[in-house]
Amino acid sequence: MNNVKIKVEDFNFHYGKTHVLKKVSMDIVANKVTGIIGPSGCGKSTFLRSINRMNDTILGAKAEGRIILDGRNIYDDDIDVVEVRRKAGMVFQKSNPFPKSIFDNIAYGLRINGVKDKYYIHERVEKSLRDAAIWDEVKGRLNKNAFELSGGQQQRLCIARALAVEPEIVLMDEPASALDPTATLKVEELIQELKKKYTIIIVTHNMQQAARISDFTAFFMMGELVEYDVTSIMFTKPVKKITEDYITGRFG
Amino acid sequence: MGHSRFKEKMIHGLFFLNGLVAVIVLVGIFALLVTKSISAFREISLSQFLFSANWNPTATFVAPSYGIWSMIVSTFMVSLGALCIALPLGIGTAAYLSDVASARVREIVKPIVEILAGIPSVVIGFLGIVLVGPVIAKVFHTTNGLNALNGSILLAVMALPTIISLSEDALKSVPKSFEEASLALGATKWQTLVRVKIPAALSGIIAASMLGMGRAIGETMTVLMATGCALEMPKSFLDSVLTMTSTIAIELGEVPYNTTHYYALFAIGLVLFIITFVINMISDIILHRYEKVIK
Amino acid sequence: MKKPHISDMLGFGFLRFSVGTVIVALIIILFDIISKGRGVICWKFLITMPKNGMTEGGILPAIIGTFLVTVITALLSIPLGMGCAIYLNEYARENMLNRLIRMSIRNLSGVPSIVYGLFGVILFVQVMNLGTCILSAGMTLGLMTLPWTITASEEALKNVPKSYREGALALGATKWQSIRTNVLPYAIPGMLTGTILGLSRAAGETAPILFTGAAFFIPFLPKSLFSQFMALPYHLYIMSTQHHAISKVRPIAYGTALVLIALVFAMNLGAVIARYRLRKIKME
Repeated sequence: MNNVKIKVEDFNFHYGKTHVLKKVSMDIVANKVTGIIGPSGCGKSTFLRSINRMNDTILGAKAEGRIILDGRNIYDDDIDVVEVRRKAGMVFQKSNPFPKSIFDNIAYGLRINGVKDKYYIHERVEKSLRDAAIWDEVKGRLNKNAFELSGGQQQRLCIARALAVEPEIVLMDEPASALDPTATLKVEELIQELKKKYTIIIVTHNMQQAARISDFTAFFMMGELVEYDVTSIMFTKPVKKITEDYITGRFG
Repeated sequence: MGHSRFKEKMIHGLFFLNGLVAVIVLVGIFALLVTKSISAFREISLSQFLFSANWNPTATFVAPSYGIWSMIVSTFMVSLGALCIALPLGIGTAAYLSDVASARVREIVKPIVEILAGIPSVVIGFLGIVLVGPVIAKVFHTTNGLNALNGSILLAVMALPTIISLSEDALKSVPKSFEEASLALGATKWQTLVRVKIPAALSGIIAASMLGMGRAIGETMTVLMATGCALEMPKSFLDSVLTMTSTIAIELGEVPYNTTHYYALFAIGLVLFIITFVINMISDIILHRYEKVIK
Repeated sequence: MKKPHISDMLGFGFLRFSVGTVIVALIIILFDIISKGRGVICWKFLITMPKNGMTEGGILPAIIGTFLVTVITALLSIPLGMGCAIYLNEYARENMLNRLIRMSIRNLSGVPSIVYGLFGVILFVQVMNLGTCILSAGMTLGLMTLPWTITASEEALKNVPKSYREGALALGATKWQSIRTNVLPYAIPGMLTGTILGLSRAAGETAPILFTGAAFFIPFLPKSLFSQFMALPYHLYIMSTQHHAISKVRPIAYGTALVLIALVFAMNLGAVIARYRLRKIKME
């Protein structure tokens, strides 16, 4: 595979005594959508949160191995976690707008990064909302509280918020699991649009969704990366029996 | 960005220091009481201090004596008396709130309990003088009604809110299934309450009473105002008594700094601190174990 | 027909009696103080100095004194308490030290108030050489309220959803940035309302200020924070036990008691209303 954005090498992860990720190695390609599937508890969310080091906040977490982003291991001692998180934005399973206005939600990431130029902030807010395909729905009420939006709109707002700080990677943790079919469709369309500019990694428990939107698919089970390939191959002729069983819905 | 990481570390460090403040204050109080008490015990023997009932620090013709036994007895007498009144009433009220009261009644009673908890101790003490005292004097034909009984009644009023709210919590956390099982076996509601729910909530209730007891022992103003403050070994609840807290309150303002008498008052403070500390620790352990069992 | 069990009747009768006693106790307390204190209360009582050996006149210096001391108490207790709560809830990991801190907080709340008074005498009056004054008394009360402030503040921090913190971190906020911009703004109102309850208790406390600055009688208002002061609870104590003409000044004592509980209740009520408002805002 060419144009590798993230290189994961022998990555292990522990929560206290539980070994959550076991020797995971994979290359993630730039400007593609990589889907991560697997039964619940297989470590797929942990893997995603390892890429922007969000697991650091969890008690008793310990990581081994390397995740190399643009040539640098993000688990090196001299790495600034804040920089990593700026590069790899994240969208959570449950949309989590802050109790602020729509505008302030998007501007939040810029402001904490020290951007003061009001004109620039306005520009970025509009651009991010456009990129997240929600501009037309909110442009007249940017000063309204973000909680007034519908669930699907809130999730796209959170995507816009992540885009505003100009990340290179967008990590999505089951971003559509709490949404109705129409809102899900909108988010999926958006993801297709976003991959032109960003590298996207998406965790999903929905096989059809993975098949629809991802270019590559990785199948995790019990903390191990079982199989990883181009989506069309994974879903038509997987190498391993267990992958086939999972994909065809025999378990999980 | 190295700068911002440094700043974060500094902030973390500052909050860490701030987090230690509670430990520092607690250790500080203890260390201070101990050092001052050591100065006292250079002059006074520990056993005499604790077990002699002769307290006469200002004696001029004989050697001054520093025995606090009668104060210890008085303190426990008034506090235990308070507990005897507050415990049945408190548990009764808690049981009523958790088992009998409708939501509306609860909404009326709970604020009442909170208001009771908010009344300053000096106001309660004042009422001991103007309200409870005359009643006791009339009923028991004593001169002024400022005695141990008065103190116990007032401390009971002050301990009630603690006992009620903690006991209610304990009763509420008894799993509903216990109650249902008992009722299904044909037990009446009262039998279920007394034989199943209260025993199941017992450690919570005991912890609540211990906390109430700790408060009563440490309370100053009410006992100072309402118990008559007579330095003698109490023989009955109708005697005036002088508790440990009252002694400190009365005498600390009158003694010169850094005299044996002054240090002796800190030694009384140390005894109070240790008693309340032990009581709190025990109730803490009981509550902790109880939480584990429930889980 | 079912016959109700006799033990049930007696038992539940006792429960009703208990509740009744609690309610009656409060009614007696309030009725006595309000009915006998009401007659004394007027503007003049609130805004004039005591006169004629405190047998006449008002309680202005006691009101001012209590106000100033409570301000000092708040200034010490709120920042320290909030900081400690932030450490415990945001930074601390579950370990021995953390348990030690929590144990200390619980024990501090059980330390008798007069022992805080002893501590204040040594630390503030003698060691820091501030003398008996508003500052010493206020700081003594500040230490006493610390455990309550910490507990109330931590409660408020716990009410802020985890997702606010995670969301900010994921956008590249540092830990402190996420706390400052996305946690504290939503926790501070709750912290303050919880703290007011503790302050109202401090305002009514007497034992810790007995030797740290409260004075029997001062014929003028405090000039600075280094002055001795009169305080409402101490004034009530004096007027009911130490005055040379106790029965003559009884009405003034009642008036003082009424003003004191009115002040404490007003603070409590303020906190309750604020909490109710906050809850409503959060619901919306």
